[in-house]
Amino acid sequence: MMSTSLSTRENKKWLYILGKNWTILFLLGEAIVFSWMGTGFFSIKNFQNILVASTTILLLAAGETFVIITGGIDLSVGFVMGLCCVISAKIMVTLQALGLSPVICIALGAGGTLLLGLLPGLVNGILVAKFRVPPFIATFGMYGIAYGVSEILCNSVPIAGLPALAGFIGNGYLLYYLPGRGFTWFSPPQGIARAEIRNLIPLFPNVFMLSLLAILIFAFILSRTVFGQHTYAVGGNIDAARRAGIPVDRHLIKVYMIASFFAAMGGVMYTLRFVTGRADAGAARMLDSIAAVVIGGASLYGGTGNIIGSLIGTLIIGVLETGMVNLGLPTHNKYVYVGVILILAVLIDQFFPEFVEKGGT
Amino acid sequence: MENNTPLLEVKDIVKRFGGLVAVNRVSMEVYPGEVVGLLGDNGAGKSTLIKVISGVYQPDEGEIYFEGKKVKINNPMDAIKLGIETLYQDLALAENLNVYSNIFLGRERVKSLLGIIPVLDHEYMMEESQKVLSRLGIEIPSLKNRIKNLSGGQRQSVAISRSVYWNAKLLILDEPTAALGVTEQKKVLDLVRTLSSQGVAVIIISHQLYDVFQVAHRLVVLRRGEKVGERLTKETNSDEIVGLMVGAELVGEKK
Repeated sequence: MMSTSLSTRENKKWLYILGKNWTILFLLGEAIVFSWMGTGFFSIKNFQNILVASTTILLLAAGETFVIITGGIDLSVGFVMGLCCVISAKIMVTLQALGLSPVICIALGAGGTLLLGLLPGLVNGILVAKFRVPPFIATFGMYGIAYGVSEILCNSVPIAGLPALAGFIGNGYLLYYLPGRGFTWFSPPQGIARAEIRNLIPLFPNVFMLSLLAILIFAFILSRTVFGQHTYAVGGNIDAARRAGIPVDRHLIKVYMIASFFAAMGGVMYTLRFVTGRADAGAARMLDSIAAVVIGGASLYGGTGNIIGSLIGTLIIGVLETGMVNLGLPTHNKYVYVGVILILAVLIDQFFPEFVEKGGT
Repeated sequence: MENNTPLLEVKDIVKRFGGLVAVNRVSMEVYPGEVVGLLGDNGAGKSTLIKVISGVYQPDEGEIYFEGKKVKINNPMDAIKLGIETLYQDLALAENLNVYSNIFLGRERVKSLLGIIPVLDHEYMMEESQKVLSRLGIEIPSLKNRIKNLSGGQRQSVAISRSVYWNAKLLILDEPTAALGVTEQKKVLDLVRTLSSQGVAVIIISHQLYDVFQVAHRLVVLRRGEKVGERLTKETNSDEIVGLMVGAELVGEKK
């Protein structure tokens, strides 16, 4: 008797683990299916393209993860990203016109934007924490404001004429490998023949690697530090957090600033990649980023979620998009599949309650 | 117990809400390690008095002494700093966090990673939590379980352990057994006895007279904001206490 009940329990544990980690299997399944069906899907080049294409959702989702864990939501990240894209392009173009070197233009444009990009989050956070405005409304207001301001800033025309170096960074790779010639850093080997370019293997796209660095730092903060612990506590029981002496209001403000920071980073990365400043740069990606966070295991009620989960959620969407383009399917299909996966994710979360340790008993 | 100084002494506390006198010149003492039952019908002023002691309300008149010194408790943090912890029925636990994270909530212990980066010290927090739970005779299968997976009694125990770990000298329990099954009620009452034996004073509010009689050394009865009686548990019975709670003359009439 004892052994049978134990073994069913162990079987169940296996099911629970599956329920908690289905997203990884799903992602692998997607990759296998598309590699099998499509041509040229299974290649280093294509996988890197998927990573680069997913960078925007990834950044927005990382910030959104913090907000959603606190039980809030940030609808403004897409247009804050657009605003920051316009601001960074504007700074670069303006400084260039003053005759500064491209490196300085880009450094100041990127750095200045990341700082300015904290402002929308500061406002969102103050509204939510101090004035008790529901996050949906506060950030929905910011959604409109950010979009309007960015269109005004660029006169509704995408900003062009940026330093060419921006595109070189935004579309470059950390490492290039040419068979027979070895590795070179940051740019292809000098003076290679046209015929050889086809053999060139670029590795580690700059935009993705920079974003990944920021995301991993914040994943560490969320999972290992007091700040992360308080983020979960605020989402789990805000009154308990207050009574435990956690400065909840200040914490919420910081969380919305993190979301805003990642949106700003998304804007800067867009500017570097497309060498233009567009108000609608991130508009289509806000809902994708929320979907990625929820697929990754977060609950909109707050208290759960993590950045690695959101990263996997993002890749599920990214692989789907690229895979369908690869198969020549119309991209509208993507919305149907993302919708289905999203609902599936929530259902799986509800049907697989977590495994409870019984310890000695 | 009467020969040392009281841990807590409230004198002639008055609390009004507009024209309503919720607490009218109530005085009481609690000695270290003593369990005092605070009894009274709905609206008798129990909760108001508790909230005055725990810093939620400020009294309109009266004085509070803690460990012999006159104190002013302006907010709940003041009370907690003195060593007065109040556990309401909602317990104030973060259900999404595990047991030891709740015990250390807001006061997390960190260690340094690579000599510079402060990270949560899970091992330390878990060991310390295990120590306090063992000291209080509380059994919880794994401290890594989240609160939402624990029973009502276990949650109660976690909340109490947290207070004790952070050196609560006086614990105020508001209806600690209300939402629990019979076995769990018994465990919580056992825990109250353990606390008392370890020198922690407890004020317990409960509608379940039977529970209070089991653990309290002394009973204080309020009625319509006034203290109508104070008895040593061993020198009274539930009939007398009910009589005090609803008004002795009513019971007398029925006789």
